[in-house]
Amino acid sequence: MVKIKKLPEIKEPTRTLLSGNEAIALGAREMGVYFASAYPGTPSTEILETFARLPGVKAQWSTNEKVAFETGIGAALAGARTMVCMKHVGVNVAMDPLMTFAYTGTVAGFLLVSADDPEMHSSQNEQDNRNLARFAKIPMFEPSDSREAHDFTKIALEVSERFATPVMLRITTRISHAKGIVELEPWPTPEVTGFKHDIERFVMVPQFARKRHHEVELRLKRLMRYSEESSLNRVEPGKGPVGIVTGGIAYQHVREVLPDAPLFKIGISNPLPVEAIRAFAATVERLIVVEELDPFYEEQMHAAGIPCEGKRYFPIEGELNPDIVAEGLREAGALNGQAPEIHPVGVEVLPRPPVLCPGCAHRSVFTALKKMKAEVFGDIGCYTLGALQPLSALHTCICMGASVGMASGVQQVEGSKRPVVAIIGDSTFLHGGITGLLDAVYNKAPVTIIILDNRATAMTGGQQHPGTGYTLQGEETFAVDYIKLSKALGVKHAFPTDPYDYGETLKTLKRAVSIPEPTVVVTTRPCVLYPVKLEPEPYRVLLDICNGCGACIRIGCPAVILIEETTDKGLHKVTIDPDTCTGCRLCLQVCPVDAIEPVGEIEEADKSEAEC
Amino acid sequence: MTEQTTNILIVGVGGQGVILASELLSEAAMQAGFDVKKSEVHGMSQRGGVVSSHVRFGKKVYSPLIPAGTADVVLAFEAAEGLRWAGQVSEDGLLVVNNQRIIPTIAHTKDYDYPEDPIGEARKIVKRTLALDGLDIANRVGSPKLVNTVLLGAISGELPIPGEIWEAVIRRRVPRGTEEMNLQAFKEGADANKAEIEKQSSLKV
Ligand SMILES: Cc1ncc(C[n+]2csc(CCOP(=O)(O)OP(=O)(O)O)c2C)c(N)n1
Repeated sequence: MVKIKKLPEIKEPTRTLLSGNEAIALGAREMGVYFASAYPGTPSTEILETFARLPGVKAQWSTNEKVAFETGIGAALAGARTMVCMKHVGVNVAMDPLMTFAYTGTVAGFLLVSADDPEMHSSQNEQDNRNLARFAKIPMFEPSDSREAHDFTKIALEVSERFATPVMLRITTRISHAKGIVELEPWPTPEVTGFKHDIERFVMVPQFARKRHHEVELRLKRLMRYSEESSLNRVEPGKGPVGIVTGGIAYQHVREVLPDAPLFKIGISNPLPVEAIRAFAATVERLIVVEELDPFYEEQMHAAGIPCEGKRYFPIEGELNPDIVAEGLREAGALNGQAPEIHPVGVEVLPRPPVLCPGCAHRSVFTALKKMKAEVFGDIGCYTLGALQPLSALHTCICMGASVGMASGVQQVEGSKRPVVAIIGDSTFLHGGITGLLDAVYNKAPVTIIILDNRATAMTGGQQHPGTGYTLQGEETFAVDYIKLSKALGVKHAFPTDPYDYGETLKTLKRAVSIPEPTVVVTTRPCVLYPVKLEPEPYRVLLDICNGCGACIRIGCPAVILIEETTDKGLHKVTIDPDTCTGCRLCLQVCPVDAIEPVGEIEEADKSEAEC
Repeated sequence: MTEQTTNILIVGVGGQGVILASELLSEAAMQAGFDVKKSEVHGMSQRGGVVSSHVRFGKKVYSPLIPAGTADVVLAFEAAEGLRWAGQVSEDGLLVVNNQRIIPTIAHTKDYDYPEDPIGEARKIVKRTLALDGLDIANRVGSPKLVNTVLLGAISGELPIPGEIWEAVIRRRVPRGTEEMNLQAFKEGADANKAEIEKQSSLKV
């Protein structure tokens, strides 16, 4: 068991400060949600991490979003209220079950939380998932702060049961990771009514699916009436000739800038309450739509013949903030006065791009691949940072699992003279790499797949996965063996390697790429941050030996630092930060003049000298 | 100040404790009876990136993001970060900078240099700039981990939050057994700030 600290039960109404993610977890618990599943992904991860700590519920990390979603369908059809959470791109992975679950509909309440990431604070794209709820024809709720995240979660689950449909709660980074005051209520005991078959409803073969599609269209009409009448879509009366239509986080930015304007606040954005908006439009001279990312409301309003302006004044790209909203409103003539003068920012301060941690086991693999002049098809995780300087040793990143297929594709067209490898983290391999590897074996693609097994989903905060041996709620479980798995898929050559042994790693990788068949290399060192942060075990540089060649600087370790002191040739020498060096010894192994030694050894040597 | 929204921007480098400090501040503001919003971006913070946390409180707070140039206080846990965010301080606002330098790996490349005198530069932008040796004070009180409480203490004099509330929040939120040390660190931070202010005004005379 890993000890998971449970959160105290809420027994009486409580006012507290919560992030949007925490508020959703607690709202779900208040509605009697019993089962929740997810695959981690910023900014959604803390929803399940919080929910898993509440007494009386079941919560699990699934292998990927599709499986999380399907497990959720099972739980909901068995009559347990259910929540499934993922980041925006996760919904792409879960799209297949989502589109047809919309047809069968649900038995118990089923909430899909889609956490979008406008501005791509930690994502590969900034798709606007409001489009997906509309595409799937399911209702969508858009909270604008923690309080609403909590309240809308409850209402959404109610709607899900009342209309027997999956529902989407669509949040963004500034909802997920912003805190606000929330009113919590006591919890019910969750119920599970049990699965009852209903072949015409749950078996989506054409003759039944056609009937269900008809039901979906009727349901949408009923939902439209609900949305038109719901108090979540409301008019806030105000002063002035310009009316605003807004929702989600944009509402807060608008209110910051225009506290008194008449405003239509959208809380249920699919189906969009166009008639209520039309009635509001009739009370103002001009209508301006303020929304983040796509013109989702605006286009539907245009289609309904409601005159309005929106993306003429506001960007489609990136997230909004009070300044961008103010600028757009000023340009539209809806806000008087000048932009406030801000102090001139003195100088451009150097950026701080994220870097692989000191001691990270991924570093030596990239150092070796660079030396081999390999073409490196990358994936998503901490190791994507291998693309940045000074390593610059990862050459593609599209989506989770893509590395394996892409490397195979290049090999199938003999598209590179260099060694071709795919590099993929353990969590990512289990999420979306296994089928790619099977495909490479089946189609005889001579690729090398490097699985970086650090026994954690490090990028998103060290979550458990099917290779770590523990579940989300801390129970011990089976841990997959990558070598055996590869062999079972038909890989004849699968090698483990210790990434802290640079020579061995280089040799193993060279051997793997020399075999004209699919090969697998698995690294064997755990993450330095998770489950526990490694204690420093520092090394140091012997300055009289250091020749300033920079080999250790080129591995890009934040603990290896250039200093003022130079060699005769004017090259800067280096030092090692004793507080952050974990003693992985990669710098020592690439140092051509043996100028690096463990601090401990030196101290002991000093001591024994003293004793003599 | 109570009618309007108070804007505090806390900035630093991943792992320095920026987020915990903003947690304590938001909690204290809520206990003092204000509406509160707080926002930051998690994600890259563990990996040496810039961390910034917006804390806003007042009668009613809408946006979780501080509009540009309207921070009443910018609290920087790191010297160059103080300079980076100095432009966000309002006309008569305050910049408190912890005198610690964390030099990123990128400064080892030809393209970038760590600023030579970040606090001096910041002073040119913000009249009321106070530099503080947070780490020294923390070590003196008992542990380098106390830096964030020292720094919170340093800005506490600027905020409409009573001392008893700070004390209650610190007692509740810090690891058990470190309460007294944290309270001491908080007080030393507040004193250091007062001393700086006196020094600066005596310079002016
Ligand atoms: C479909 C999808 N789901 C989730 C994510 C978020 N995400 C990015 S990387 C990653 C996992 C990385 O773990 P691993 O592959 O083990 O590599 P590590 O970070 O440990 O090196 C996750 C969950 C994503 N980008 N896309």
